[in-house]
Formats: sequence, C-alpha cells, structure tokens
Amino acid sequence: MAAVKVENLGKDYGSLRALGGVSLEIGEGEFFALLGPNGAGKSTLINILAGLVRPSRGRAAVAGFDVRRQWRKARRSLGVVPQELAYDPFFTVRELLTLQAGYFGCGRPAKKWIDELIGRLGLEEKADTLMNHLSGGMKRRVLVAQALVHRPAVVILDEPTAGVDVALRSRLWVFMRELNRAGHTIILTTHYLEEAENMCRRVAVLNRGRLAALAPLDELLRRYSWRMLHLKLRSGSCGRLPPGLAELVVKTSGPEIVLRLHRDRDPLGGVFEELEAAGVRFSDLRIHEPGLTEVYHELTAEAGS
Amino acid sequence: MNDFNLPGFYTLFAREVWRFLKVSIQTILTPVVTVMLYLLIFSSVIANSRQMLPGVDFLNFLVPGLIIMAILQNAFANSSSSLFQSRLNGNVTFVLLAPISDFEFCLAFVGASVVRGLCVGCGVWLAAGCFVWVPPVRPLLALALAVTASIALGSLGLVSAIIADKWDHIAAFQNFVIVPFSFLSGVFFAVSKLPLFWRRVSLGNPFYYLVDGFRAAFVGVSEMPPGLSLAVAVVFSLLSFAWALRLLHKGSNLRA
Ligand SMILES: Nc1ncnc2c1ncn2[C@@H]1O[C@H](COP(=O)(O)OP(=O)(O)OP(=O)(O)O)[C@@H](O)[C@H]1O
Ligand SMILES: [Mg+2]
Repeated sequence: MAAVKVENLGKDYGSLRALGGVSLEIGEGEFFALLGPNGAGKSTLINILAGLVRPSRGRAAVAGFDVRRQWRKARRSLGVVPQELAYDPFFTVRELLTLQAGYFGCGRPAKKWIDELIGRLGLEEKADTLMNHLSGGMKRRVLVAQALVHRPAVVILDEPTAGVDVALRSRLWVFMRELNRAGHTIILTTHYLEEAENMCRRVAVLNRGRLAALAPLDELLRRYSWRMLHLKLRSGSCGRLPPGLAELVVKTSGPEIVLRLHRDRDPLGGVFEELEAAGVRFSDLRIHEPGLTEVYHELTAEAGS
Repeated sequence: MNDFNLPGFYTLFAREVWRFLKVSIQTILTPVVTVMLYLLIFSSVIANSRQMLPGVDFLNFLVPGLIIMAILQNAFANSSSSLFQSRLNGNVTFVLLAPISDFEFCLAFVGASVVRGLCVGCGVWLAAGCFVWVPPVRPLLALALAVTASIALGSLGLVSAIIADKWDHIAAFQNFVIVPFSFLSGVFFAVSKLPLFWRRVSLGNPFYYLVDGFRAAFVGVSEMPPGLSLAVAVVFSLLSFAWALRLLHKGSNLRA
C-alpha cells in the first residue's frame, strides 16, 4: 500500500492554476523529497493531503485512506509540519503538545512520547515557556514536535529547516532518519538541495503546478550528462589548446581553465590524450561531478521555457 | 455522525475554557465590574418608585436584564475573539489538521461560550447581590435561557470570526449588531412602555424574548409567555448554530 497516492490532482485559485494534474505515488517507508521553485505548488499539494485545501480535481489518499471520504483515518495517519510559523501564544510548549495529542485522541499515553519529543528536539529548557516567549527557531522545533505527537505513519515537513540553526538541523535529520528506519514515511520540501541529496532516495520536482521529474535520486543525477574538468595549466600551455577542446572551455581565470565535458561524448581518456598530443601540460586537475543543484536548475529551467 | 471523536472534542472544548480562564481578569472580572457600575448609577440616580412591570421594583427589573445581557455579550466575545485570533496567528491550522469534524469543532467552541456565559452570568448575579438580591423563582427556566442564549451568541461569534478579515470586522459586528440588539431588547425598560411602532420592531428581535423570558424566571412577571420566549430562544440558537456549521462546512476562510 502506498503511503501517499495522488491521481490527476489539481487545484485552481480563481483563474490561477496552482496545481495542474499531478499523479504520483510514494511508497511506505520512503524518504522522499518534493522540490520546486517558489510558487511551484508544493505546499498546495501538501495541504491537500492534510485536508487544509480542497482539490479542484483528482484524488488523494494517505496510507490508503482517501483524504475526502476517509478524512479521519487519513488525518490520523499524517503529521504535517506547516511551512508558516504558526503558534498559540496562550500556552506553554508542553501544554500545547498535550492539547495536540488530545485532538488526536491520544491523551495520557502520549505523555511519555511528548517528553521524548521535547528531549529529541532540544526543548527541555523551554518546555514550560509560553510560546510567544520563544525564538523563531524554537517555535519551529515545536511545530515539528506537534506534527509527531500522534506518531503518524506519514510525516511531511514543509521547509522544516528555514531559520533553524546548524545544530538543530543535523539533530533533526538524525531524528528523521531514525523515524524512517522505524518505518515512518518521510516527505520533505526544502530549498537547500544538499539536504534533499543527503537524505532522500527519491525526488519529485514540481514546476508551475506540474511534475517536472519523478525519479530515484541517482537516476536523476545520471540524467544530467555534464561534468566539469578544472585544469591548472603550466605557463605557455594556454595557447596550445586544440580547437576541439577550446570550444569546451566555459571559464578561464588566470592559469586555471574549466572544461564542460559530456559524460559519453568526451571521455576523460580521450581528452587527456588530445592534451598530451598538443603539448599542453598542467600542474593540477579537479573533476566536479554534477549534483542535484545542476539537475534541478536544468529541470526547472527546461520546464519553464 | 456515526463516529464522534469524543477525546478530540473534549480537548478542544477544554482548550477554549482554559484559554479564557488564563485571562480571567479580562474575560470574567471586567464584565462583572461593568455591570456593577451600571447598578451603582441606576440605584443612586433612578428612584425605585417607578415600576416597569406591575409589582416589580426597578432594580429587581433591571438585574435579570443585566445578567442576560452580560451572558449574551460574553458568549459572543469568547468564540469570536478566540477563533479569530487563532486564524490570525495561524494556529487554528493545528485543529484543522486533527481528526475533528466541523460539528465537533462548533460544539467545542460553543460549549466554551456557554461556560463563559454561565461564569459571567453567575458573577454578575452574585455581585448584583450587593445592591439587590434577586433569587430566581424558576431556576431551571433561567438556566435553560442562559444556555440557549450562550449557544446562539457563541455560534454568532463563530460566524463573525469566520467571515471577518480583520479585527475591525469583529468589532463592527459586536458594536453595530450585538450591542444595539441587546440594548434595545428591554434590558433597561419595558417594551410595553414603547410607542407602538417600536413595540412591533421589538417583537422581531430575538434578544427581546431572551431578556423577557429570563426576567420572568427571576421575578415571575413578564410581557410574553415564558414558554414562547423559551421556544424562540431554542429556535434562535439552533439557527445560529446551523449557520456557523454551514460556514465551516463550506470551508470559508478556514480551508481553501
Ligand atoms: N490561498 C491561496 N489563494 C490564492 N492563491 C494561492 C493560495 N495559496 C497558494 N496560492 C498560489 O498557488 C501557487 C502555489 O503556491 P504554493 O504555496 O503551493 O507554492 P510552493 O511550491 O509551496 O512555494 P514556496 O516554495 O514559496 O513555499 C502560488 O502561485 C500561490 O500564489
Ligand atoms: Mg510552500
């Protein structure tokens, strides 16, 4: 059974098409990244799953429960960390978490779990502080705890690391990995692509309300066929570059040049042979393999143009 | 409605009661003091000889009206300010994410309004005892009207909190609808003493029945049959509740 399944899901705000027919399936136990530029429709998709936004078309299900028809079960299966920093100023951190557990009908037994969440998210010192006396990053930690208070099978984090310090960031990811290993499905959106690259095995890229890519991370990385060769040339070698290679130079700074090589058409062996034949000598070299950032830019630019 | 999330409902209800208790100076003490001021002025300025209803001294006439007016205004203030503030802060989202139905949601907020209304009502009644002690002759009728009035106004509070886009709108609803309707409902005067035209207008004001019936429960004299007042109160509260439920069901301003 899929943790999340959406079919031809669409949402219009008046004449604005925020989401235009997205279909995707996220398996149980996946660590999944939902990427895309601002306004791509990520939060809209998430909010439909959470029941905060009603779809204009299509269907969505969480843990096999339709979000419209079986909304109670769908909501029990889902924990969402919303993108906006919302908080209830009247209550302390612990009171708030206790209330949130109560809404889901897991009152007293949740007490131990709440203590654990407070510890795991580094909120011990602030547990009895009123929400409006917390710093922004601390409020974000509470949001994460609130989403987990009913131990949902599927956890969605909508930009959980915006405004969060480095220490908590790594702490959060360790925690999420652990939850994932314990069987929870984790879905995250982020604009820090290296986070997605480090954490997730499968990635969807949304652009203007449509799916621009949906693939395992390594496959996506392979799809991008360029790599960069940085060469530090010895003096006098610069002018000798054969025309075939000179075409590939994308950057020159002092003695260093950068060549953009195609993975299949410009094998490194061939490039080095050509350099040697032309008498080009270099003192150092570095190869930059593409990361998610490059793939992402290509995908979102392509789909945009 | 075959499944009811009882713990979820109860938690939300408890949250709402807890919220107003945390700021009880503003939510309970202030309305009680306000009514004390009214009584201070009326008891020293207005001669007790003038009777609005046959056989009822003016202060005895006034106190039940002031109690129910305080109940009405505070029941409204409770749900409207709580929900609207949650909307502004964004924390209403956490309730919307939970497996709590629209019905449970309304019931929890309105339930807290009832508790606030009863707290303020009792507070006013006891405080008014400093001036004149008015024990209800029909306590069950008084309770029934206090509860239905709170349900009606708590529901209208939800309605205004859902419709409003800024605090101004809530204040406008309160100052241009709730306050005038409650002042013109015969709290300070007997409607039968009004010119015919205004008497007819009053008959269309549901608040009038609440005030008149509530007074009947205390002093045993009224302009309308108490049964009619109670019936109007029940219908008024059911309609208001249904209105709030409908808005919530449509999603207006809460779910996009
Ligand atoms: N309540 C709303 N009313 C009208 N338009 C909306 C509403 N919510 C979102 N939109 C529009 O829908 C589109 C998608 O928004 P969404 O919030 O899903 O983007 P996103 O991918 O989450 O972006 P970001 O990375 O900035 O969070 C945007 O053009 C946005 O302006
Ligand atoms: Mg977003």
